[in-house]
Amino acid sequence: MINLNVNMTKDVNLRKMAEKTYFNPEDLKKFGDISKWQETLGKKFFDYYGEVFKEGALSAREKALIALAVSHAVQCPYCIDAYTNTCVQKGAEEAEMMEAVHVAAAIKSGATLVYGVQMMNHNDKISMK
Amino acid sequence: MATKQKTKSLKSKGADLANTFFQLEVLNGKQISDAKFPAFGAKIGEVGYPTLTPTELEVFQLNIGKLCNQTCTHCHVDAGPDRKEENMDKATLEKCLKVIAAVPSIHTVDITGGAPEMNAHFRWFVEECTKLGKKVINRCNLTIIVANKKYNDLPQFFKKHKVHLISSLPYFSEGKTDSQRGDGVFQASIKALQMLNEAGYGKNDPDLVLDLVYNPNGAFLPDDQASLQSLFKRKLSTKFDISFNSLFAITNLPIARFLDYLLQSGNYEEYMEKLVNAFNPMTVESLMCRNTISVSWEGYLHDCDFNQMLDLKVATSGNRHLDDFDLEALKNRKIVVNQHCYGCTAGAGSSCGGEIT
Repeated sequence: MINLNVNMTKDVNLRKMAEKTYFNPEDLKKFGDISKWQETLGKKFFDYYGEVFKEGALSAREKALIALAVSHAVQCPYCIDAYTNTCVQKGAEEAEMMEAVHVAAAIKSGATLVYGVQMMNHNDKISMK
Repeated sequence: MATKQKTKSLKSKGADLANTFFQLEVLNGKQISDAKFPAFGAKIGEVGYPTLTPTELEVFQLNIGKLCNQTCTHCHVDAGPDRKEENMDKATLEKCLKVIAAVPSIHTVDITGGAPEMNAHFRWFVEECTKLGKKVINRCNLTIIVANKKYNDLPQFFKKHKVHLISSLPYFSEGKTDSQRGDGVFQASIKALQMLNEAGYGKNDPDLVLDLVYNPNGAFLPDDQASLQSLFKRKLSTKFDISFNSLFAITNLPIARFLDYLLQSGNYEEYMEKLVNAFNPMTVESLMCRNTISVSWEGYLHDCDFNQMLDLKVATSGNRHLDDFDLEALKNRKIVVNQHCYGCTAGAGSSCGGEIT
């Protein structure tokens, strides 16, 4: 008799179902495969990527938080998983991670709202004062 | 200071994973998960270690009992307040002292538990070890210092005997610490650290060393030790005016309650995959099992504390007990390995002293 929580089987099944959706988490592990069809460009990309995330003027931890925010802005599920892992691994606090997401959200919403000026300008142009 | 238990021991719950044989079956894909990973023994064989053999015996590690004032979710010992029976008696401690005295190459006595301080003979044993001129390491969970008045003078006791303290603090804030170790543990740990600092620990005195242990609060591997140390130093100093010497980043091994967590949360296979993929051949040379002997509360000998918790005794003939301690036989033994050993070879490696490369 296996004395494990019954929810475990349910969780595993749900996870397996989720893996059959368009975005398969397992595909992230195959990211390197993109070099197979264009080795030169693939290598240049991964070399560049590796350099970008090294310690520099910004710490690797700060870069991971920026990457987490950008991942949300570009709505990349692979990137969100990857940089959640990286941030947690680098000791980021949950509040820091959520604030990073809010930064992304603020820029995205700001980028929408700033068009409100264009709307107002156009409204002024076509409206009698 | 009051703390609340995070969970119960697997033993008290009557869980299958309380059985070490069952744990080994899981790790080898024969129970619960059918995931198979390359055999660790074969993996190290591929990189030049067909057998793992010991170097000189330098560290005598004792797990003097499973009794603890905490029940942390990741504990590989499955320790807790209910484990009152499994504690080393004075006769066995005396046998340990005989071995420690008889083997000049043993320079360090490394005491762990449970909460070692809860063993009734702890202070006597530390005193005897220092009389022998050996360095004593105590793996202190911090909260024991403030758990009861009778432990409040531990900082002075440690100071008197120049005990090197290695203490667990998985994070520098309350939420993540308490979620792993129990409600109230963070505040109690901070109080204990401040008491140790007041006693002179963790500052510039080379005799009063206070190292912290970071272990991930979930199914991920620790980051670079130096970066984490820098982060912990900054946060603990800024927020609480606490100082310490070094931070050891330790990987959680898939044993006992951490194995239970991995299975319950559906993270087991992915975590094992991470460990296997992060296998670093450079770690093998410095694995702690090579210069250490780990003694259980009953006096049985093991290659390390993790093997001890899986009941994997040293591979020598005889009953593999302190009663038959044979240094030559131990020098010629093959170290027992199994799938959990991937935890010590992942990334920068892991040991009771943190990274090993």
